[in-house]
Amino acid sequence: MSNAKPALVELRFELNGKDVAVECEPQQTLSEVLRNRLNLTGAKISCEVQVCGACTVLVDGLPVSSCTYLAYEARGRRVTSIEGLENADRTLHPIQQCFIDEFAFQCGFCTPGMILSAKALLDDNPEPTDDEIIHHMDGNLCRCTGYVPIVKAIRKAAAVMKEARG
Amino acid sequence: MMPLRRFAIHRPADLGEAAEMLDHYGDTGTLYAGGTELLLAMRHDLLRYEHLIDIKAVAGLDSIEARDGHIHIGAGATHRTIERSPVVRELLPVMARMEAEVANVRVRAAGTLGGNLCFAEPHSDPATLLLALGGTARAQGKGGERTLAMDELLAGAYENSLSRDEVLTGVNVPVPGPTQRAAYLKFQVHERPLLGLALVLDLNEDGSEIRAARCAVGCVSPTPCRSEAAERLIAGPAAAAGERLQQAADTLADEAALTDDREGSAEYKRHLIGVLLRRAAGKCLDANE
Repeated sequence: MSNAKPALVELRFELNGKDVAVECEPQQTLSEVLRNRLNLTGAKISCEVQVCGACTVLVDGLPVSSCTYLAYEARGRRVTSIEGLENADRTLHPIQQCFIDEFAFQCGFCTPGMILSAKALLDDNPEPTDDEIIHHMDGNLCRCTGYVPIVKAIRKAAAVMKEARG
Repeated sequence: MMPLRRFAIHRPADLGEAAEMLDHYGDTGTLYAGGTELLLAMRHDLLRYEHLIDIKAVAGLDSIEARDGHIHIGAGATHRTIERSPVVRELLPVMARMEAEVANVRVRAAGTLGGNLCFAEPHSDPATLLLALGGTARAQGKGGERTLAMDELLAGAYENSLSRDEVLTGVNVPVPGPTQRAAYLKFQVHERPLLGLALVLDLNEDGSEIRAARCAVGCVSPTPCRSEAAERLIAGPAAAAGERLQQAADTLADEAALTDDREGSAEYKRHLIGVLLRRAAGKCLDANE
């Protein structure tokens, strides 16, 4: 049993608005499938113990640690990676633009996870207080910015998105 | 880091089939729910399994409902689901607040209460609060269903007492009465709590008297520790509780058999128990809380 090769499973899910099908093995993580099979390298691999948030992607709108989240769990679900955030006209999502405007990243390694985590927050709570932003972003680590510009960028993105909603 | 070792995933149709699978695969298989602890340990090669039994495939294990003076929380409910459950928020707000502070937003979205309790990581929050609240665990195996007290379920660090074919199906928590107040506080500097403390007080009508107390400290022993001696010390007039709380904290610290480790000295943890017990009592006795 131990040496038997597990059957490949065909995994179908919606990735950044498009249906995808990919064969994978049960033990493969979502980040392995995204990065190594689908060439989407936006989700970064760092701590591998669900602490740092660099690998964050959204599954049905909720943030998960794709480094230790089985690809199997994505079957039939809606996955959003940083590559899927730009608008249809190729302009940046307001959260992306606000991260640039507020200098909310330096080396950029944590940024895709930060932005996706922020998106999950703002989709659920469009006008968060600073305390709510900090509580939600508590599990995304940044070693460059000191976090203040990140909180500022998210606050600004909330305002921009509110204005866009009218 | 190395990829995860190969395993197969099995999807039981019901609890009976899950019990059969657990029995069949024995040491080569284990239940799999959120994976927020299991997969990390497997990734570090600390645990090896060839068969994961995806208990999420069994319908209905994530339900939350109030019935017969208890809240029944299915083992498959995620921390996020519990945190946001209207039933939990209304009837057991201390549990909703505790769940809102478990780990981080990603772990709360995927990790389940049942997985958390069965994995029995000592540096964790839910078991400590459930122990103080008098929660019980429901388990089902080939021999039928049984109820375990929280301190029966937790056998040691990373060890539960379920037999090899048993599945934790949920917890039952008594809904606190109108005179009962509960608080859970923790001290944390890294990703896991260094010390967690839960307190439940039963007050008289005007809140001037503490009729009874339950308290538990977590993270400092292999399993959360409750002290009936400390609880007896806490009972008495609310206004003069300060000194009794200090004695109770010392008694609880004695019972928890604190040790020096990389989290801090035993003396430091004893101090934290005193501070958190005092603050928890303050929250319970504050009419505005």
